[in-house]
Amino acid sequence: MISREQVENRVLGVARVLWLAFIVLICVVPLFYMLLLSVRPLQAVLSDPLDFIPSLEELNLEAYRKVIASPSEGGYGLLSFFRNSLIVAIGSVLLTVLFSVLGAYAATRLRFPGKNTINTSFFAVYMFPGIVMAIPLFVLFSRMGLRGELGALIIIYLASTVPVCVYMLRNYFRSIPEGLEDAAMVDGCNRGKVITKIVLPLAMPSIAATSLYVFMIAWNEYLFALLFLLERRDNWTVSLGLAQLDDISVSETVLMAGSVLLTLPVIALFFVAERLLVEGLTAGAEKG
Amino acid sequence: MQQSGHEDMSERPPGQHDALADQDDSPQTRAEEWMPDQPTGERPRAGAEPAPRRGRKRGGRRPLGLRAREARLGLGLVSPTLLIVLLVVVLPFLWTILMSFQRLRLIDLQNVFDITLTLRNFRVVLGSPQLWDMVRTTLIYSIAGTALSVGMGLATALALRKTFAGRWLIRILVLVPYVIPVVSAALVWRTLLNPQFGPVNVFGVDILGWDEPIGFLSERSHRFEVLGIGFDLPVALLSVIAFEAWKTFPLAFLFILARLQGLPKDLEEAARVDGATPLQRFRYVIMPQLAGVVALLVLLRFIWTFQNFNDVYLLTGGAAGTEVVAVQVYNYLINRSDVGGAAALGLLMSIVLVTAFAFYYRYGVLKQERDA
Repeated sequence: MISREQVENRVLGVARVLWLAFIVLICVVPLFYMLLLSVRPLQAVLSDPLDFIPSLEELNLEAYRKVIASPSEGGYGLLSFFRNSLIVAIGSVLLTVLFSVLGAYAATRLRFPGKNTINTSFFAVYMFPGIVMAIPLFVLFSRMGLRGELGALIIIYLASTVPVCVYMLRNYFRSIPEGLEDAAMVDGCNRGKVITKIVLPLAMPSIAATSLYVFMIAWNEYLFALLFLLERRDNWTVSLGLAQLDDISVSETVLMAGSVLLTLPVIALFFVAERLLVEGLTAGAEKG
Repeated sequence: MQQSGHEDMSERPPGQHDALADQDDSPQTRAEEWMPDQPTGERPRAGAEPAPRRGRKRGGRRPLGLRAREARLGLGLVSPTLLIVLLVVVLPFLWTILMSFQRLRLIDLQNVFDITLTLRNFRVVLGSPQLWDMVRTTLIYSIAGTALSVGMGLATALALRKTFAGRWLIRILVLVPYVIPVVSAALVWRTLLNPQFGPVNVFGVDILGWDEPIGFLSERSHRFEVLGIGFDLPVALLSVIAFEAWKTFPLAFLFILARLQGLPKDLEEAARVDGATPLQRFRYVIMPQLAGVVALLVLLRFIWTFQNFNDVYLLTGGAAGTEVVAVQVYNYLINRSDVGGAAALGLLMSIVLVTAFAFYYRYGVLKQERDA
């Protein structure tokens, strides 16, 4: 006679393994397929779409060459878009980290009028519809002639990520004991010194996590890049450039090579700093 | 308010400030000193803060000066953030409200300053023949997307709760859909689901014996026959829902797993000793403790899915019965150059979101405060 406990344990055990297998499959297959298609000739893909294991001799990097090369060399010029994406992403990271370190320090260590209101209302920004925000900004930047400028994009990414970053950093700053700072102040450090010599070094892991988060958002973003940069081809980001390639029916292998190149920096950063990012994002979730 | 506070404090040198404080230490003066512009209703909270008392105990040396400087510094440090959010989020939103009552087209933007208000935009938007189709599509998309995303996240978090060899690897792999750029993800899905050579369709036709390939991203509805019973499914809509769930369940997974690992073990242990089976322990012990984080995720995901533009636009362009509200706002703005119409529809969309947020705020936050 088996107990209900044993039956449930066995059934749930099997279900668990099946579910995890399914999850791993749906997470890995798209990435694998992207990589596979990017190194195979189109003919081989069309003749046998289900052949997931390419033979060694058919591997080639022709698709990469084609997607990177400038239009004058018969390519699609993706390489020049990397510069734009990097400018936008790094610019957004630097500004956002600067703003959010100051904001988070104030929000954890200092008392000032309106503090609670500010903390709560930041949360509301987090869920603001991007597309609604885009309408007036589109009109404004069109009139100011800023449409097409990478700077406009940086400002938008700054505004849309800084509230979350303040929130992430705030959780971390709270865990740094205040006694250390008090001691430094007693010893004659001013606030500026306290922030640069004590808070920043201690908060480095969370600052790294925040930077990574902003970098990913800015690197991956599509809607605002589409709205603001479409008419300025030389300023396209990689995401926009690749999506535009899709519209002019470029061969799938080239599209996948482009996708790999677009994904690579983000995945690389993510694997390096996965733990940091996860801890930064979920800080506070343990408490519910 | 910030500005006048500054002036008020810089007028007096710190020494004078102290003398003033020593003369009159009534709570009222104190509160007014460091929060010059706060309404009087704020005073009890200010008085409840421990710092002034601590300052007095140390011998009354410049407690108010410190306090005032702290307030000024605090405001100074948050002001860049505040300013950018105000300029790029809050003011544009207020402007959207105005624009939704203006007759404004992209080609003649000079009209921006013409504030002849009209209800024409709302008449156009609400009178559109596709309105109810769009509302239905958006609601199905966001409700189903949310449920699937949070459900998958919950199942995965539960499955990965116990440690086993290789768990760290699965944990990392699960996050892949969330971190990869949406453009790459959409392109891969389009290739995988391609009717001619996409492996999903080839697998279906060659191995599962489908009669014909399915246009997962191009067919409004497809007739399926299971055991002789035929029914139509909105395949394109289901595909974009699946994409949304696939792309976002890792976030739900992360939050639920973090909460799961923070749960005290003793409750579950007690339930086990009392003879509760695993399913009963989940139902009566674990799930109630996860309710808070799940409720929060459901709301966040609903709000984000409701306003999602990228996924649908990149996968189907809004065709084949997948035109959600965000895509339609974009179409008003770009394809019809109708800024006023876009603003009106965007405003209506925001009202739904604000309602959802208010609902959370009313029930979610209050609930957490009660529990704390």
